[in-house]
Amino acid sequence: MQPITYERPETVEAAVRALGRPETLFVAGGTTVFDLMKVNVLKASHLVDVTRLRDPRLSAIEVSDTAIRLGALVRMADLAAHPGIRAICPLIPLSLDLGASEQIRNMARLGGNVLQRTRCAYFRDTSFEACNKRNPGSGCAALDGHNRQHAILGTSTACIAIYPGDFPQVLAAVDAQVEIAGRQGKPRTIPFTDLHRLPGETPDVETVLKRDELITGFLIPRGPWLRRSLYLKIRDRQSYAFALASAAVALDLAPDGTVREARVGLGGVATVPWRAREAEAALKGNALTEAIAHRAAEAAFAGAVTRSHNHYKIPLGKQTLVRALLGAAAMEV
Amino acid sequence: MSGHETALRELPLIGRGHARYDGRAKVTGRAQFAADVVVADPIHAFLLLSTIPRGRIDRIKTDRALVLPGVIDILTHENAPALAAPVSQAAGSATNHQPLIDPDIVFDGQVIGVVLAENFETAREAAALVDIHYVKQPAAVTLDSPGAVTERWSEINQNFEDLEVGDAEKALAEAPVTIDATYHMQSQVHNAMEPFPTTVLWDGDDLIVHEPSQYVVGLQRGVARQLGIDPSRVRIISPYIGGGFGSKLSLTPRTAILAALARKHRRPVKLVATRSQGFTLSTYRGESRHRIRLGATPDGKLTAFAHEAWEMCSRFGAYASASTDLTADMYAAPSILTRVNIVRTDRTTPGFMRGPGEMPYMFALETAMDELAYRLEMDPVELRRLNEPARSPIDGSRFTSRSLVKCFDEAAERFGWRNRNPVPGANRDGDWLVGYGCAAATFPCFNYGGSATVTLLRSGRARVETAASEIGTGAYTALGQVAAELLDLPIENVEVLLGDSLLPPTAPAGGSMQTASTVPAIRLACERIVSRLGNRMPALADLGAAFDRLGTLSIQETAQYAAFDGKNANGGRAVLSTPDGDEPIAIASYGAQFVEVRINARTKELRVPRLVGAFAAGRILNERMALAQYRGGMVWGLSSALFEGLAIDPIQSRVTNTNFEEYAIPVNADVQMVEAILVPEEDHEVNPLGVKGIGEIGIVGVAAAVSNAIFHATGKRLRDLPITLDKLF
Repeated sequence: MQPITYERPETVEAAVRALGRPETLFVAGGTTVFDLMKVNVLKASHLVDVTRLRDPRLSAIEVSDTAIRLGALVRMADLAAHPGIRAICPLIPLSLDLGASEQIRNMARLGGNVLQRTRCAYFRDTSFEACNKRNPGSGCAALDGHNRQHAILGTSTACIAIYPGDFPQVLAAVDAQVEIAGRQGKPRTIPFTDLHRLPGETPDVETVLKRDELITGFLIPRGPWLRRSLYLKIRDRQSYAFALASAAVALDLAPDGTVREARVGLGGVATVPWRAREAEAALKGNALTEAIAHRAAEAAFAGAVTRSHNHYKIPLGKQTLVRALLGAAAMEV
Repeated sequence: MSGHETALRELPLIGRGHARYDGRAKVTGRAQFAADVVVADPIHAFLLLSTIPRGRIDRIKTDRALVLPGVIDILTHENAPALAAPVSQAAGSATNHQPLIDPDIVFDGQVIGVVLAENFETAREAAALVDIHYVKQPAAVTLDSPGAVTERWSEINQNFEDLEVGDAEKALAEAPVTIDATYHMQSQVHNAMEPFPTTVLWDGDDLIVHEPSQYVVGLQRGVARQLGIDPSRVRIISPYIGGGFGSKLSLTPRTAILAALARKHRRPVKLVATRSQGFTLSTYRGESRHRIRLGATPDGKLTAFAHEAWEMCSRFGAYASASTDLTADMYAAPSILTRVNIVRTDRTTPGFMRGPGEMPYMFALETAMDELAYRLEMDPVELRRLNEPARSPIDGSRFTSRSLVKCFDEAAERFGWRNRNPVPGANRDGDWLVGYGCAAATFPCFNYGGSATVTLLRSGRARVETAASEIGTGAYTALGQVAAELLDLPIENVEVLLGDSLLPPTAPAGGSMQTASTVPAIRLACERIVSRLGNRMPALADLGAAFDRLGTLSIQETAQYAAFDGKNANGGRAVLSTPDGDEPIAIASYGAQFVEVRINARTKELRVPRLVGAFAAGRILNERMALAQYRGGMVWGLSSALFEGLAIDPIQSRVTNTNFEEYAIPVNADVQMVEAILVPEEDHEVNPLGVKGIGEIGIVGVAAAVSNAIFHATGKRLRDLPITLDKLF
């Protein structure tokens, strides 16, 4: 067997320093890394387990008057069960409860969750040669292959792999910032929507993180829209399945029903956690009627590009967003 | 009153049923499944499978893998021992491709090598280091692929005939109302909870095989033949099976190869195939297409029935489920025309999978019947009642018992069918469209015959021995309770030994026939024991004295039962000897499936809040286990309707979803109310106990009922399984 070394540093500094070694990966819950190592998609000779880092803020859920801060090592299950968060922003626990399985949510951490890899069958099965994400320059088998699950937004001719997950679409929608620690200089903070890169010509480069950087937390600014928020996920079965389409919506409605602010994220349809700003613009200043919801959905999917098996994702994605918007508008808050 | 009838009256075996004989062992983990068997110092095997569908291995380099510490041997076509090709056993050996004899690749996922190492992880790691270069050739992997070749099944299988009764073409041309529709289903795979494990060890010249098998005697013969040794030298041990559904009925190529390797290395060899490999190691339900044509009068009387089927097959094998006799026997059409074709493709050979042909063929017929009912503006239940045949429409055979209409009536009543508004798309509950659908189910009755040994001890304990298989259906319990009843013993006193080729041979656990074939043999053995005790079973307390009078400590009897002189192995038909001469009879179980679906009007998510099925299958030996069988079948029916299908890459001609993430099966949340109803039925002719098969009928008809309910909910007719959400847009 191929030997793997393993270390469990206690400080963030030690952790990012450890990444200086070649073939080294961070691991937290292990729900992505170990899976992909077993099928030879991820290769590592050294693993840096970050779950024992001593900084208590890494595992903390902090709520202030202006923001929610989530440590990168918070377990999905713990955030989903947090009573304060549910009252402030129901969107967050909704998205978490619909993700993965109870067992996985008990292991997976938020930092790892936002970095989970695509479920594209051609990426995950090394017996398929062509995958630009796994093997740069080898081509994309999904373009003309079986692409029922694949993305229609943010695609390129090099990759149409879907970005999976549910919670990251929420972070994209609600203006989250991501805190990053690195070897050089001070920690930096960037908008969550800047974390993931569109595939373009280099789908193997999925984020703007440098090799030796570690996500330490997420910051969600509090706004009146967070209370009127929901996550709707449509999938092939009722549990333990990735989204065919999902919508994360948050609305601030005036007493007369006019949309003061809207936040819209989309999942199951895009190559990265997707913020639908065109949809938000179509909603803002209008009463949230069925017609306006449809107009927003049209705007959100105006740029969609489909392949042979995923045309249905345009009507499905639109209807998912319409249903989520009307559902959020009808919420008692 | 016939002899059979007497037996029925005398044996009050219907009841709530005993709890599982092996239930405690299974839930506490004490039951030893094949992969649990610990042998001393085993070599661990890992299979290498092809990653192209057709072509040839140009070069296979194992040097990097062989130097890995712990690797013992790597078998490829260049160094494999010579083995005879597997042939079809009595229970069918559909995976009849023998790998490792040449560099040719004839399907995706074909075994092209076996890595042997000191542990599983090393073997797996080494497998990834084997360097294989292929020369690829274009492959046809679907019914419609260029290069797929259609052949008429009757020209391949001499025992099969297409049906032609009357002039169906003329009747169709003249019929006032016709339906002409084509139905399709994607390939589906039985990849049970327990994967495909095998452990082999030699004891001198004797081979012991621990492998889950639905037919230990067939596996014994097949492996012996491949190795060129006498079957008496091979022992198959398979006390428990973690799900078979047909996938463990046939011999697969792995067993003989592993036995040859164990002999070569003089050590036991253990294989546990991976989940992904389980998608191609055994058989599957091949893709199929069905064109159904129905002719009817305006008041709903059928005038013609035509069914043409195309079933996927391999290039090298010969398998078709060919169930047109089944569909033609359903309704009283005076003219019948059927044709079964196989379509040769670059896939492995399909084979038996729960309701092999019954499930797809009845999906087609029962959806077509629903289409006809809507065309006629007639209640689908009434359409079936109107066309209920008195005798077989094919050949006039008498049905020994047929409770189809009764099943429809009982299920309809429980379901609340009469309250339905028949207008499609008119039933709404908020954002959800509601639809009701129904369909018939049937399964032909097979009788194979079997043998069993029963031993009664002076102490009042008894033992039943037969080479039957426990596939999760409760064989230990069903067979043990028969002996307990006949010997008037508490069931706790009866020990049951199954799943060992040393035991008296019996029918395979396939074709829903094992219980019906084995129970009569047990009954015969028990009756002989009772007759030795003076034709009356003494009370338990008096048993010692009775044995003392005979001067023995135990009485053992082995009995054989041959059904219809062995003439009913093909199922559905038999010949009854009567004083007036031979009488052809038709024997089958029947049922009716009712389904409620709810579909979100916007996002088209589909929910199935209710499944109600009613089934009549002769005498029910154990109500509790029968209900579990029916409900399990119905759940799989739901899965086959909405979830399961191999996804084929059209460019690379390969399956892309060899995992349970993308080959979806329902989770608990998808399965809501599932209710099975036992419709009482007495059949005095099917066999001495009046037992028909119950194992497979539960899956039959569900897909049609679901598709019919979707039509009722939406007005959209879907004729292609699985009906996934994308097809509803």
